[in-house]
Amino acid sequence: MTENLEALRDALPRLGEGVSITLQLTLGGALVAFLVSVVFGLLSISPAAPLRWLSTIVVEFFRGTSLVVQLFWLYYVMPLFGVSMDAVLTGVIALGLNYGAYGAEVVRGSINAVDKGQWEGATALNMSRVTRMRRIIWPQAWVLMLSGYNNLLVMLIKGTAVALFIGLQDLGYQIDELRIDTTTIFAYSIGLLLYYLIALVFSFGLRVLEKRARRRLGLPAGSAHASAGAAL
Amino acid sequence: MPPVIRFEGVQKKFGDHTVLSGLNFDVAPGERVTLIGPSGSGKTTILRLVMTLEELTDGYIWIDGKPLTHDRRDGKRIRLREKQVAATRKQIGMVFQHFNLFPNMSVIDNVTEAQVHVLGRGKEEARDRGLALLDQVGLKDRAEEHPSRLSGGQKQRVAIARALAMDPKILLLDEVTSALDPELVGDVLAVLRDVADTTDISMLIVTHEMQFARDVSHKVMMFDGGQIVEQGAPTDILANPTHERTRKFLDSIL
Repeated sequence: MTENLEALRDALPRLGEGVSITLQLTLGGALVAFLVSVVFGLLSISPAAPLRWLSTIVVEFFRGTSLVVQLFWLYYVMPLFGVSMDAVLTGVIALGLNYGAYGAEVVRGSINAVDKGQWEGATALNMSRVTRMRRIIWPQAWVLMLSGYNNLLVMLIKGTAVALFIGLQDLGYQIDELRIDTTTIFAYSIGLLLYYLIALVFSFGLRVLEKRARRRLGLPAGSAHASAGAAL
Repeated sequence: MPPVIRFEGVQKKFGDHTVLSGLNFDVAPGERVTLIGPSGSGKTTILRLVMTLEELTDGYIWIDGKPLTHDRRDGKRIRLREKQVAATRKQIGMVFQHFNLFPNMSVIDNVTEAQVHVLGRGKEEARDRGLALLDQVGLKDRAEEHPSRLSGGQKQRVAIARALAMDPKILLLDEVTSALDPELVGDVLAVLRDVADTTDISMLIVTHEMQFARDVSHKVMMFDGGQIVEQGAPTDILANPTHERTRKFLDSIL
């Protein structure tokens, strides 16, 4: 055990670098995924049919094809067309598109889950489509979105380990390296623990946001699935 | 003066189910009309059509002589653009059975939001008007609270203030006391009586409160199966209905 711990101590700087890469992929991927999810989630409820079709096609494509293959495309195929990107950026874009596609469904579902009376109340005040979404529907859908986003973010954090496939020395890679100097069970246990801790921190952050958002709507802190605005 | 609301050959279907067909009626400026009839007779659908919450299947609705959602040009029926619809809809307000207050803002913001973002009023002006209306409905001291802290009757009074803040020419009241505990109904009806007494807003009212209907409306229309069975002054219709169906309906709710 002491050898394991000594090896771990020696590996700390490298593990730190690995965590840094994983965090870059997580934060960058989450940001891109958020933007993609909002854009395609809103397009999916657009009154213009072609925009809805576009959203369906894009979402189905990125949800339906493997993240690893998407990553290979971005990293190995795109350079054949003259588009080559840094590996971290490639990872960020692939993760962002893939998880953003799932996120678009979260956005669409949350918006549709806002009580119908809220849409009608806004229409009865003659609000335009944009005002209605921005001022009334979105702030209520946001509460519902956060719990969906929380799930996706945890999945995205663990999903960053695919970066290994394009040679990035992320946390997953460094854990595998650690195994050379320690027992297998020790190295991979450390791996589980570190990913868990990262996920815990992000998940906690989103839960705080969700609690605050729920309080603003006057909802109890508990159940995330009560439909917003139902009793008002 | 053109009628403030005119239904002309209005048809509304939900799938294969026809709720209204060939419906014609007028509401004069300032007139308050109560729609009564058994559930499923199409009363609420009429209000929702005027508020553009439902799409007309056929026919026309004219507001102040102007087309609401569909116009007739060269004998053809055409759908108007959203902008044109909004310009006409500006004159119409609605109070709902389930209040539909916005939970993401305070009571006063509920009343000022559309004044600022739809009518383009300044924040100060909107707030002054909002507070005056909240005062009128007896809730000025609750202005900064969250709507979830209000009782049903108080929520509905806020909803009335919110609708009035838009200075509507037409107010649609859709079973506004049906979701309330009996002891809260009186306050809401008192507020509406006050609005009826002090303004000349035209109203279309769907309610089961017959005493209220008798007191505030100029006309009562009895509906069944999407058709007007009979109409007239509230004292005539409610006290001496000529049709069997009206009599049965009134017996059933008293």
